[in-house]
Amino acid sequence: MKILVCISHVPDTTSKINFTEGDTKFDTNGVQFVINPNDEFGLTRAMWFKEKQGAIVHVANVGGLETEPTLRKALAIGADEAIRVNTPATDGYSVAKQLAHVAKEGAYDLIIGGRESIDYNGGMVPGMIAKLIGANFVNTCINLEVDGNNATAIREIDGGKETLSTSLPLVVGGQKGLVEESDLRIPNMRGIMQARSKPLTVKDPVDTNSETQTVSFQKPAPKGAVKLVDTVDELIDLLHNEAKVI
Amino acid sequence: MSVVVYTESEEGKFKKVAFEAVSYAKGIADTMGTSVTAVTVNGGNASELGTYGAAKVLEVSNDKLQNFNAEAYADVIAQAAKKEGASVVILTSSVNSKFMAPLVAVNLEAGYVPNVTELPSSTSPFRVKHSVFTNKAFSITEINTAVKIIGLAKNAYGLKENSAAGTAEAFAPNLDAHDFDMKIVSVDKATDKVTIADAEIVVSGGRGLKGPENWAMIEELAKTLGAATACSKPVSDMGWRPHSEHVGQTGKPVASNLYIAIGISGAIQHLAGINSSKVKVVINNDPEAPFFKAADYGMVGDAFEVVPQLNEKLKEFKAQNA
Ligand SMILES: Cc1cc2nc3c(=O)[nH]c(=O)nc-3n(C[C@H](O)[C@H](O)[C@H](O)COP(=O)(O)OP(=O)(O)OC[C@H]3O[C@@H](n4cnc5c(N)ncnc54)[C@H](O)[C@@H]3O)c2cc1C
Repeated sequence: MKILVCISHVPDTTSKINFTEGDTKFDTNGVQFVINPNDEFGLTRAMWFKEKQGAIVHVANVGGLETEPTLRKALAIGADEAIRVNTPATDGYSVAKQLAHVAKEGAYDLIIGGRESIDYNGGMVPGMIAKLIGANFVNTCINLEVDGNNATAIREIDGGKETLSTSLPLVVGGQKGLVEESDLRIPNMRGIMQARSKPLTVKDPVDTNSETQTVSFQKPAPKGAVKLVDTVDELIDLLHNEAKVI
Repeated sequence: MSVVVYTESEEGKFKKVAFEAVSYAKGIADTMGTSVTAVTVNGGNASELGTYGAAKVLEVSNDKLQNFNAEAYADVIAQAAKKEGASVVILTSSVNSKFMAPLVAVNLEAGYVPNVTELPSSTSPFRVKHSVFTNKAFSITEINTAVKIIGLAKNAYGLKENSAAGTAEAFAPNLDAHDFDMKIVSVDKATDKVTIADAEIVVSGGRGLKGPENWAMIEELAKTLGAATACSKPVSDMGWRPHSEHVGQTGKPVASNLYIAIGISGAIQHLAGINSSKVKVVINNDPEAPFFKAADYGMVGDAFEVVPQLNEKLKEFKAQNA
């Protein structure tokens, strides 16, 4: 089985979010970039397939040179090969178009992305890839088994979960549950050394357009101070008469 | 030109998000001088959608679509949008809407913006505001394509009554074999509980509750309030509560009217998931807990004393205000 894991390069979860150039650009100053957490669950599940079922795992990212440390980290975790499509990630559709091309060229059986990236929260790239290449798709995937050409996936639904069976090629939008947090891997020295000699191919982008573009960013209005209460009676009174939520 | 809106239902009854989506669709249709067409799949009574501004309701009734199926539902919506010559398609932010939105977008060659919080600030060029960086910021985004797809954020726009005809028309889309490539093996759903996605009130517990054996008081409080229960990440990681209750950046988003956080510190990753809740109440014994900075109301106190008291007083309050 050939697996492609799509890796989004995102600000780490504790990053302070600021903008520059008249609130039109994300301020990367002092921001640490990481593998998107949802993608990391997918990458770890792919490692499981590699170790248990002999799968080949490639990772791909659409972005500039600055995303290569993130791809190297994925190689250090155990991916066999990395691909960077050398163009800025401008919107979900253009990223999906580039990755769909990579997916098609590489004839992957399974393509794993994250439910959403934690920067733009678009949640559209895996689904779009699936539609563009005519593969099946499962979103919010919390468990995945593959047996030959058949896959069984569990997805999260409101208030529970649903088990689906389908065939490959399959695209999943994954999240926590694909593996547990405790199974996530921290690259060790050996992995880091090996990653240096693993192939990281830079590909030219295919022709595509962006369907959406950011005009500007805004930060939420500053919050008023908390109202502290001493008794539960006071709290109930405020929730009823002031906030009107009970 | 029209605004097409997908209206979610369950067991033949519309969900609240359906009415919110129609209210929002009507808001856009008014600024664009057009009307709203709602699409239902084995849904409820069309006139209910009329109340919020749907002039026309395309009703799909099909046994094969009894359960949600992203591929097939996406085809239904895309075909309805084409039939109506839609310039804008409205979806919600439910798990199912987010599943099918990218499929509809590719099918219609339409730009899609999720987590939209307001009506467009301009319709030509078409600009909408939506939350990004897991609710830590907003982006004003322009959609360049002829057809635009909006994923409306939950609880962002509210319900607005706006009476229209709500005239029903049967609609039978063409479905092909590929639509049914995914087979549902089983569905495992707690039917007696309020889900985090649908809840108006969420009662959430953190590591401050010390252990799973102490959750009875959280469940009782939730029961009194008709609320869903939730938890912080370490609580689900330690197996005190199911993963499905974990809220935050890596868990579920919560956009309820009231979020009560008990024994939760208020780490940035937790706040990211609950920022779009309207009113936040924090109960924590540490006055320095970061959550107090993000809360509307706070009580410094021991959860083991406060929560049972709060539950008793709320029961009395409910009895008086019933
Ligand atoms: C990549 C990443 C993603 C993450 N995603 C999430 C996420 O999605 N959701 C999430 O929740 N976390 C997430 N986290 C974890 C987050 O950083 C915090 O560790 C977590 O939210 C802390 O949970 P907690 O507040 O329950 O526990 P603690 O930090 O242990 O806080 C417990 C609180 O309870 C209070 N307390 C103790 N005893 C009592 C008592 N008797 N009465 C009242 N109060 C009491 C304490 O004062 C304290 O404030 C993530 C972390 C990382 C690194």
